[in-house]
Amino acid sequence: MGLLNFRKDTFRHGVHPPEHKSETNGLPIRQFPFAPLIILPMVQHIGAPSVIVAREGQEVTRGQLLAKAGGYVSVPVHAPVSGVVRKIGNVPSISGKMVTGIYLETSPFSGQEVLESTPIDPDTATKEEILQGIQDAGIVGLGGAAFPTHVKLKVPDGKHCEVLMINGIECEPYLTTDHRVMLEQGPDIFMGIKYLLKATGAERAIIGIEANKQDAADHLSSIIPEGMPVTVKVVPVKYPQGSEKMLITSILGREVPSGGLPIDVNVVVVNVATTAEIGRLLPHGRGIQERVITITGPGVQKKGNYLIPIGTPLRYVLEQVGVDENISEVYMGGPMMGVAVSNLDISIVKGASGIVAFTEKDVKKPQEIYPCIKCGACVDACPISLNPSKLGILAKFGEYDQMAESYNLMDCFECGSCSYVCPSHIPLVQYFRMSKSIVRKRITAKQTATNAK
Amino acid sequence: MLNRTLNISTSPHIVKGLGTDSIMQNVVWALTPVALFAVYSFGLSALLLLVTTTAACVLTEHYLCVVSKKKSTISDWSAVITGLLLGLTLPPNFPLWMAFAGGAIAIALGKYIFGGLGYNVFNPALVGRAVLQAAFPVAITTWHPAFLANRFTSVSVSTFTIPFMEPAVDGMSGATPLAAFKFDHITASASELAMGLTSGSTGETCALLIVLGGLYLIARKMMNWRIPVAVLGAVFVLSGILYLIDKEVYPSPVFMLFSGGLMLGAVFMATDMVASPITPLGVVIYGAIIGLLVVVIRVWGGLPEGVMYAILLANALSPHIDNLIRPRVYGTTKRMKRT
Repeated sequence: MGLLNFRKDTFRHGVHPPEHKSETNGLPIRQFPFAPLIILPMVQHIGAPSVIVAREGQEVTRGQLLAKAGGYVSVPVHAPVSGVVRKIGNVPSISGKMVTGIYLETSPFSGQEVLESTPIDPDTATKEEILQGIQDAGIVGLGGAAFPTHVKLKVPDGKHCEVLMINGIECEPYLTTDHRVMLEQGPDIFMGIKYLLKATGAERAIIGIEANKQDAADHLSSIIPEGMPVTVKVVPVKYPQGSEKMLITSILGREVPSGGLPIDVNVVVVNVATTAEIGRLLPHGRGIQERVITITGPGVQKKGNYLIPIGTPLRYVLEQVGVDENISEVYMGGPMMGVAVSNLDISIVKGASGIVAFTEKDVKKPQEIYPCIKCGACVDACPISLNPSKLGILAKFGEYDQMAESYNLMDCFECGSCSYVCPSHIPLVQYFRMSKSIVRKRITAKQTATNAK
Repeated sequence: MLNRTLNISTSPHIVKGLGTDSIMQNVVWALTPVALFAVYSFGLSALLLLVTTTAACVLTEHYLCVVSKKKSTISDWSAVITGLLLGLTLPPNFPLWMAFAGGAIAIALGKYIFGGLGYNVFNPALVGRAVLQAAFPVAITTWHPAFLANRFTSVSVSTFTIPFMEPAVDGMSGATPLAAFKFDHITASASELAMGLTSGSTGETCALLIVLGGLYLIARKMMNWRIPVAVLGAVFVLSGILYLIDKEVYPSPVFMLFSGGLMLGAVFMATDMVASPITPLGVVIYGAIIGLLVVVIRVWGGLPEGVMYAILLANALSPHIDNLIRPRVYGTTKRMKRT
């Protein structure tokens, strides 16, 4: 639509997959039972793994520090339940690799009171104290990215944060986590915004919400605290609007430069559930022990939005909610960008915003892949105006360098809109993931070679 | 105890559901009324012609797949489209053996040699027709009048010409409106043209049904509406300018739009997804080039009709258009270096 793009309050292109949100968006958040055994991987976030400080056999209280941050781009891990550290060793992770982790046996007789430490007062704390507090609470992006939030909030020298954007878009089909959080945790969200405004130095905050959550927008608008510079902005429903760059474009009309970050256009974006978590934990000096997750999909019997302790094994979660006999695929995240899990022994991590189970008849059939007929559906879908058709053909012929140099491959953020619309069923986004990783390796190899000279 | 082996697959885990084969099938449905009207207006000869070209295309594609030890690709329905389109662009009384050869050439030289569906540079049906035009210039310009009284009981004598023999001339040739205008300066009325009451190639006479087929595909988002709009718009504007300059010499824009193969070409041939550009601006440029070439060939060229060559030329240009016209990528200020 390049020539005729009159609409201002959304980004270019995008797709409209069926939403399937009505199945859970009316169900209040419910506390999930404690699993008898909690499995905590030390890489639940992007960055350096957490460093374990607990010892085997140690009795720990809910909220107690089990592992400290392994560096600046890293966060600590807290005990999600009171219990005993059974074992420190390898635990399964979603990637299929075994990673270092902790097996924590839940104490059946504990009252599960949460340990508190030094509270952070939003009125008196300095910017640095708040950032430190956010890292100490183990907070990462709860929307799915799992990037340490304190790193994202740190405005680099010479840059200025004008707008704090709170991301309540939740454009993935099926998921209603953020929707329920906005309806039920309003005061936490505004407390979180108070901390975040101070930490970033932003002049104002905007809460971005898609039109299919009008009730949440109305609710939040009605409880904005007196004098707080916050506005709620409703935008049309379109995938992948929840992506930081698309959200900034939809609401502010600014474009984040290629290869750049939101702060390059004076914006910092934080997910709404992350914001609520900050607002809930920091006043008590607590660490993150649980998160809200939508458990849904055609294969799930008791669909709903649950407050689930971090580290709860996926098998336990699915047993509790009940799944159909013939479940075939389980996704961590939504169906557009979520990862299909290979086994149920992995556990709920901080970045998991949803669990979607599909039965055999819901999964996409192994369809015949036709050649690209250049219909242009992908070109009309790509939110950043790439040419996925051309990129797909180049990927097929191994022209990775040309993809990166002439066709902006590295700008692709893997939303999957191209694969979703492709009538020839070409796994375009998978081609691009592979091509990107090959290009990255080549760049690293080149740098190593240059450094060696 | 939940104990199940799970499948894994790459995201996205849902798909829109529109398939390439179903797009192709729908193009065939959209062409069906045009083909039926052709049979109604030209009778048995037209029916035999369409069956022959379609069979030639499908059989050739199947044969080529078999000899190159590949899975047969006829189930994607694209060969059926090529066959139907080729038949619709030929005169209804065209000798069947020539038509069969044209279908085979369309698939073999127009499509398969480039790598099959998705890789053809030109519209395969038009490649077949261009070869036929070069090889049999007389047969392809010998037109048959429409609505002959005996059209459902007898077949034109030229239809069953023995291969490699000169087709017999039955003395009933009827000039097409474009030829009549070019050589004798007689204009057919717009309503006659739109309703398909004139003589011409098998499927090009009824503009109304062609437009309806196009609208169906556009409504189902299986056709890029910009292409026919750009082609027809360019023809209308350019011939309109000429008409305003001198009404005596140049045909009216309405006559230009509805005569000859323009409507069929603009709606069903120029829109070949594979051989047209991929960006919105690119297809507009591509369509305008076709429109310009149609007017130039019709008005100043030696041939009465120019749609085929106009589309083939624009097909050849479309990779270059795609290389030159690149939408600005999000977050970039200048266009990437071209290849």
